[in-house]
Amino acid sequence: MSAAPMFRKSAPEQICRAATGGRVDRRKPVSFTFDGRVLQGFAGDTLASALLANNIHLVGRSFKYHRPRGIIAAGSEEPNALVRVGHGARAEPNLRATQVEIYEGLYAESQNRFPSLKFDIGAVNSALQAFFPAGFYYKTFMWPASMWMTYEHVIRHAAGLGRVADDHDDPDRYEKTNAHCDVLVAGGGVAGLTAALQAGRSGARVILADEQNEFGGWLLGEADVTIDGKTAADWIADAVAELAAMPEVTLLPRTTVFGYMDHNYLTLTERVTDHLGERPAHLPRQRMWKVRAGQTILAQGAHERPLVFSGNDLPGVMLSGAVRTYINRYGVVPGNRTVVFTNNDDAYRTALALHGAGAHVVIVDLRRDLKGGVVKAARAVGIEIMSGSAVTIAAGTQRIARVEISPVNEGASAVLDDPIHMDCDLLAMSGGLSPAVHLHSQARGKLGWDERLLCFKPTTVHEASFNAGAGNGVFDTAKAMADGLRAGTAAATDAGFDIEAGTPPEVSAPQQNWRPLAAWKIANGKGEGEGPKAFVDFQNDVTASDVKLAVREGYQSVEHVKRYTTLGMATDQGKTSNINGLAILAESLGNEIPAVGTTTFRMPYTPSGFGAIAGRDIGELFDPTRLTRMDSWHRANGATFEHVGQWMRAWYYPQKGETMREAVDREVLAARTTAGLLDASTLGKIDIQGPDAAEFLNRLYTNSWLKLGIGKCRYGLMLKDDGMVMDDGVTTRLGENHFHMTTTTGGAAGVLDWMEEWLQTEWPDLKVYLTSVTEEWSVATLSGPNAGKILKAAGVDISLDPSDFPFMTMREAHIAGLPVRIFRISFTGELSYEINIRARYGLALWKLLMEAGATHGITPYGTEAMHVLRAEKGFIIVGQETDGSVTPQDLGMDWIVSKVKPDFIGKRALARGSMAAEDRKQLVGLRTRDRRTVIPEGAHAVLDPNQPMPMEMLGQVTSSYYSPNVGASIAMAMLKGGRALLGGTVYLPMLDGKVIEAEVVEPVFYDPKGERING
Amino acid sequence: MLVITCPHCGPREESEFSCGGEAHIARPLAESSLTDAEFADYLFLRDNPKGLFLERWRHAAGCRRWFNMARDTVTHEIVEIYPMGSLPSSKAGKAAHNDSWRRDTAAEAAAKPASSATGTRGGS
Repeated sequence: MSAAPMFRKSAPEQICRAATGGRVDRRKPVSFTFDGRVLQGFAGDTLASALLANNIHLVGRSFKYHRPRGIIAAGSEEPNALVRVGHGARAEPNLRATQVEIYEGLYAESQNRFPSLKFDIGAVNSALQAFFPAGFYYKTFMWPASMWMTYEHVIRHAAGLGRVADDHDDPDRYEKTNAHCDVLVAGGGVAGLTAALQAGRSGARVILADEQNEFGGWLLGEADVTIDGKTAADWIADAVAELAAMPEVTLLPRTTVFGYMDHNYLTLTERVTDHLGERPAHLPRQRMWKVRAGQTILAQGAHERPLVFSGNDLPGVMLSGAVRTYINRYGVVPGNRTVVFTNNDDAYRTALALHGAGAHVVIVDLRRDLKGGVVKAARAVGIEIMSGSAVTIAAGTQRIARVEISPVNEGASAVLDDPIHMDCDLLAMSGGLSPAVHLHSQARGKLGWDERLLCFKPTTVHEASFNAGAGNGVFDTAKAMADGLRAGTAAATDAGFDIEAGTPPEVSAPQQNWRPLAAWKIANGKGEGEGPKAFVDFQNDVTASDVKLAVREGYQSVEHVKRYTTLGMATDQGKTSNINGLAILAESLGNEIPAVGTTTFRMPYTPSGFGAIAGRDIGELFDPTRLTRMDSWHRANGATFEHVGQWMRAWYYPQKGETMREAVDREVLAARTTAGLLDASTLGKIDIQGPDAAEFLNRLYTNSWLKLGIGKCRYGLMLKDDGMVMDDGVTTRLGENHFHMTTTTGGAAGVLDWMEEWLQTEWPDLKVYLTSVTEEWSVATLSGPNAGKILKAAGVDISLDPSDFPFMTMREAHIAGLPVRIFRISFTGELSYEINIRARYGLALWKLLMEAGATHGITPYGTEAMHVLRAEKGFIIVGQETDGSVTPQDLGMDWIVSKVKPDFIGKRALARGSMAAEDRKQLVGLRTRDRRTVIPEGAHAVLDPNQPMPMEMLGQVTSSYYSPNVGASIAMAMLKGGRALLGGTVYLPMLDGKVIEAEVVEPVFYDPKGERING
Repeated sequence: MLVITCPHCGPREESEFSCGGEAHIARPLAESSLTDAEFADYLFLRDNPKGLFLERWRHAAGCRRWFNMARDTVTHEIVEIYPMGSLPSSKAGKAAHNDSWRRDTAAEAAAKPASSATGTRGGS
């Protein structure tokens, strides 16, 4: 970490830190750096509380207007205080300063400012605010379309929220874990703790997760609550201790439940070491939990809403509950001359806390008839209360400096008298509470509008789920605990555990009325859109005027207004802005809030890093790599490799100084003049057994299989039921009821699945059993005129005479005493033996053959030479010549399609009228006029290269190589009506303007009569 | 992410399974008098209902066995899981099967002679 501690002496004192109080440890000072300044806080501080302790409110610039912004909240709902934490590869943007725990040497920077936070060039946007209305980007960056690439660059540079780590691999380690539990409790405030205790006492397996470093939620910030005669802090400590002692309970602090999916599947991110300066090497940075819960209790609490008035985004304007939390939990008093602006009782507790901390306090209350416990308490200590009034305008430059206060009408839509002016350095606002229903909604729970509490709260659930506490619209501490008890009892019972209902604890807390006054947009005494902006969405810079403008421009659906204005779309997902935005929208539409409805809540609840989602599934662990038993030999002999599916296959073996072309030419020539050796172990191999095996193959392949003799091999083509080629390979009858099938390397798993599907779902009456034996056998393919000599030299114990061992048969034999199966089949057109041996002897066999062939010119060849050799013979490769739209007839392989079998997969489809169309793409060969020009694979062919664009395409080149055996370039292509073009000329226009001219020929370039097959 | 109860292995994560699409599509014999249009009902047309859907699933990363499942595509409720080659037994499942337009197609009729109880992809 950084060398910050050496500056400790110069760190300024924490001028806003109270002498006592709070949960920070004043004996443990912590130095950290913010925007280059070295500052000090205490252990237990968040970055936000430590900054406020140093009287720093200005922490960022806003997204669109680059306005100065301060900390407004104390939790994950914070929209403004987004910071970039860490250096270099470990830098992480968009962290909420309210959630970042400080540690010695923490390095943080503000975002969205250039060149500095206090002087920001982008703030000119704010002066030009008339030009940045709702839908600005849609309206401005429209024409000409050719400029879009430029526009996007400009927009992204100007509008990006934060900056990701510099171009490094993430050096940290992340883990993923799966868990099952009877009851998952999301949120560890009073309701969640009570619910977890109750469920835990029943013996149920419980996971309690909370995004904060400590359990307790809002209660951590309340100084005026006692529970069962204990202070709130003591009750929390006892509750956590009891839970920790339960063997079936898992406590997960610093863990955000960020997603809630079907069948009670929830995803959690645990920040394991983010809060530590020194991070133990044995721990991952973060851990993602994938939890399948029997029952879920959602106790996420509630978010306080801002009030929407002119200038409400100035630094020093904070949420009331957050101010109280900073005082009571962190011992930080964020202002001296303070105004508390509210539409409800709760802010009075903040006023009392401010007063108690020595600040001057004035309460501005939108309500008129003020009564009840907290009001009396405020009056009793002499706090001035201005009822029926509003803060109409807040003013200042980089911090609130003064407010205008006027009497207003009931909904604050009209100012009734001239304002009075008041100086201040802090405004605590409270617009009522909104239950955090995000997870409930993700899981498709329904919401209902509560007319009294002015909030949406859960009604019915879709999953096995319960809501409890403030998240359920139960804000009062005593009632929230009773609600948690109820939920804990119900969840444990539904999970199959016996538990008595229990009695809620005795709670002593201030008496308050939880009903706020509806006043969604505070008038400022000026015309619509005049005066300082009144923000609804702080993070995306959406004002009340933007929402109204959208309505005037015809937007009605809440989902459309959201996208047009970007209301609620930023990383905070509108946690503080949603309800205010909806209410202003409803008002503008002349509609009721429940009729307007809410937008869809989507995961993640708070931004979650991809690191934890990926876990260890990166790099080599992303996907397995499969190696053949001969791999070490290939590597020792300088092979280059290519990926074929998961396999690594030897591509070619360059000798010293050889280019790829030279190496491949040498390998290809050797296979036809002396001998070549190919590692064919990757071919898919399926063992087929059962009395109906032959009948099954007869239905699976297009040709006949019933009468194939034992020990004989046959090539087969497999179609999908739509008549299109899906795979090919040679299958051998090992016994009456026993076959050995080979498939393409890439198609092996798919073919096995395909066969199982037909056996299980269509023909369960067939007695056939399939086993993948791909990795049971190593395969060395010996090919070329000297193949027989080499096999003899290697010590094979059978006669290789073609009359004893004819083409397309299999013999069991021994080589140097090792049992082998030798298949006389050929993918090169040469005399060829595919030698199969138990996998573990693969390397030994390979070495034996190389040794035996040394005097016979044996040459190892790779997949590239294999491709050239088969293309010389016009053999197709499924997936290269074919693409799922090619029939056997298109390939000129009608000979392999039985005309007598009553059925096989794909038979009926081949009889469709469209299959006989003359303009279907058909396989042909291409011979370039310039014999040395190799056409790029994928090139498109046309009849007339001079026709205007777009040209009429005939089809594409599927395979193309230089053939040293032919002494010319060879290519295969799928061309419309290709067979009819034989002998004609096609043209292949290249990107550089050149045109390759080629003759259409039969796709067999070498040994068309097949005379070389016996050597 | 569903929890699916494999008839052979018990409840497992959805990530272990693969969905094989609509169930109870009878495969007509190749030699039949079906027109191309009638054959297309079998080959190409697949239902995509909002509500109960009879599907084929496979425990791909487990026992690799196929089975049928009646799943509500809106609520993701799994109403029943039943073996290949059999029909749904729940009331809703039976109704979904009986009400399918496929029951009246020539393609389905052309599948019958094969082997009446089993000769259909996913049960008769």
